[in-house]
Amino acid sequence: MKLLNCPVNGSRPVSEFAYGGEVRAMPPADCTDPQWADYVFHRSGIPGVKVEWWYHIASGTWFYAERDVSLDRILRTWLPGESPEGEIR
Amino acid sequence: MAYQLLRFALSSRHPEPRMFRQPGRLRDTYDAVIIGAGGHGLASAYYLARDHGMRNIAVLERGYLGGGNTGRNTTIIRSNYLTPEGVAFYDESVRLWQDLAADFDLNLFYSNRGHFTLAHTDSAVRTMRWRAEVNKHLGVNSELVGPEDVKSACPQIDLSCGGHAPILGALYHAPGAIARHDAVAWGYGRGADQRGVEIHQQTEVTGIDVEGGKVKGVNTSRGYISTPKVLCAVAGFTPRVTHMVGLRTPIFIHPLQAMVTEPMKPWLDTILVSGSLHIYVSQSARGELVMGASLDPYELHSTRSTLDFVEGLAAHMLDMFPFLSHARINRQWAGMADMTPDFAPIMGKTPVEGFYLDAGWGTWGFKATPVCGKTMSYTVANDRNHPLIEGFGLARFENYQLTGEKGAASVGH
Ligand SMILES: Cc1cc2nc3c(=O)[nH]c(=O)nc-3n(C[C@H](O)[C@H](O)[C@H](O)COP(=O)(O)OP(=O)(O)OC[C@H]3O[C@@H](n4cnc5c(N)ncnc54)[C@H](O)[C@@H]3O)c2cc1C
Repeated sequence: MKLLNCPVNGSRPVSEFAYGGEVRAMPPADCTDPQWADYVFHRSGIPGVKVEWWYHIASGTWFYAERDVSLDRILRTWLPGESPEGEIR
Repeated sequence: MAYQLLRFALSSRHPEPRMFRQPGRLRDTYDAVIIGAGGHGLASAYYLARDHGMRNIAVLERGYLGGGNTGRNTTIIRSNYLTPEGVAFYDESVRLWQDLAADFDLNLFYSNRGHFTLAHTDSAVRTMRWRAEVNKHLGVNSELVGPEDVKSACPQIDLSCGGHAPILGALYHAPGAIARHDAVAWGYGRGADQRGVEIHQQTEVTGIDVEGGKVKGVNTSRGYISTPKVLCAVAGFTPRVTHMVGLRTPIFIHPLQAMVTEPMKPWLDTILVSGSLHIYVSQSARGELVMGASLDPYELHSTRSTLDFVEGLAAHMLDMFPFLSHARINRQWAGMADMTPDFAPIMGKTPVEGFYLDAGWGTWGFKATPVCGKTMSYTVANDRNHPLIEGFGLARFENYQLTGEKGAASVGH
């Protein structure tokens, strides 16, 4: 079973979590139509280490996870507004 | 059979003709380069050579022929989609499948089974009726049927699905079929090879040379090739290749897993799909039950498979077929599915001149292999999108004109 470390609830089975996609910056409200379409649809589909949104369903916790999307290895997790430093598990 | 085996045992040379040549060195230049020797790349090469007289073509494959999603898929062929663009496209593919084996002189084990998409809720029944009406309007054989029709086609089924997901009806699609996936790749490969196309396995494209917005050539693990046209048919590797030409796309990669049971006597004639239970199943010519579910829930560039998947799928299979509790699982595997937001493919010309895409085939592209070959060969040869792929262009996202197939493609593949 694959485990994911929730910053609030600790190590839990990955089936308790929902994936929220890569963390991306939203363009400003006055951006052009093509810029908005790019934000809505386009993704960086290439492998690498990505920072993603994850959600612990039971406790309703959204948090960040840094994950290698080729090896499926989670490097660290932290809550929004907190720093990831020293959190490597 | 015994004699055949003996012939192999006693012969010092391989006693059967090889399916294709093993060309030696790469040439310096080709009229077109196709990246990916899956069904789609090989079919495109085949029709380019056969119908468009383009024979100076190289198909480059990083691994082995047919080793990508073509050799990993569960081979369901159908045309009961939801959008007019989709239905017309897949229907043409089903038509092309009919004489493919004769065309290749190779047994593709094409087996017409009939295809039931089960509805366990009122809203699912409504979607099935919608699909049936769209299909009939476009001349595709689909009907909404009741639970008793499901039962008579498959007497072994528990219509209550363990009591918690009773079957209320189904979309029945008589043309639904399965085929032998490897043979499809081999047939197209051999046909292309016989017409002069070179298939280079163990040859990875590592870069694409673009000057002034035009394709000039490709870098490979075996050296540089100059070419004015590149067709990208690499399924789960698409983002890596589009990255080489600086093209942004909505494609994201999630694994899709599948598994088979040990072989058993034939008992399941039809193909069954249930979106609510996340399963689809058919019985292969070998007697194995070939089963799959929905996509893995997060991005992953790997073909690993998981125990969670087997447990979940097996549990749902038992809801439908309790008598299978003693059946054993023989194999499981995964492929990397190149997904799009609207569950329709991305095909045709791109903003980079000479760079053509046949991608976004996610979990449903095997059935489209012949029609993709036909339409992409036309597109590459004429530098003009084939009319059947107009609804599948990359620009549809920029223009907010999606081709919504999710209702017909998400579990059914
Ligand atoms: C488990 C599973 C079940 C499925 N079930 C069905 C189904 O029931 N019905 C259906 O219609 N579809 C199904 N599909 C989808 C279907 O398998 C694919 O859409 C289809 O096979 C794609 O074919 P292709 O030729 O485009 O890609 P592939 O067969 O994946 O071929 C692409 C090839 O490109 C090669 N390649 C990649 N990068 C490079 C590079 N840089 N240089 C050289 N070569 C490269 C790869 O090695 C690979 O061999 C399923 C998929 C999976 C994974």
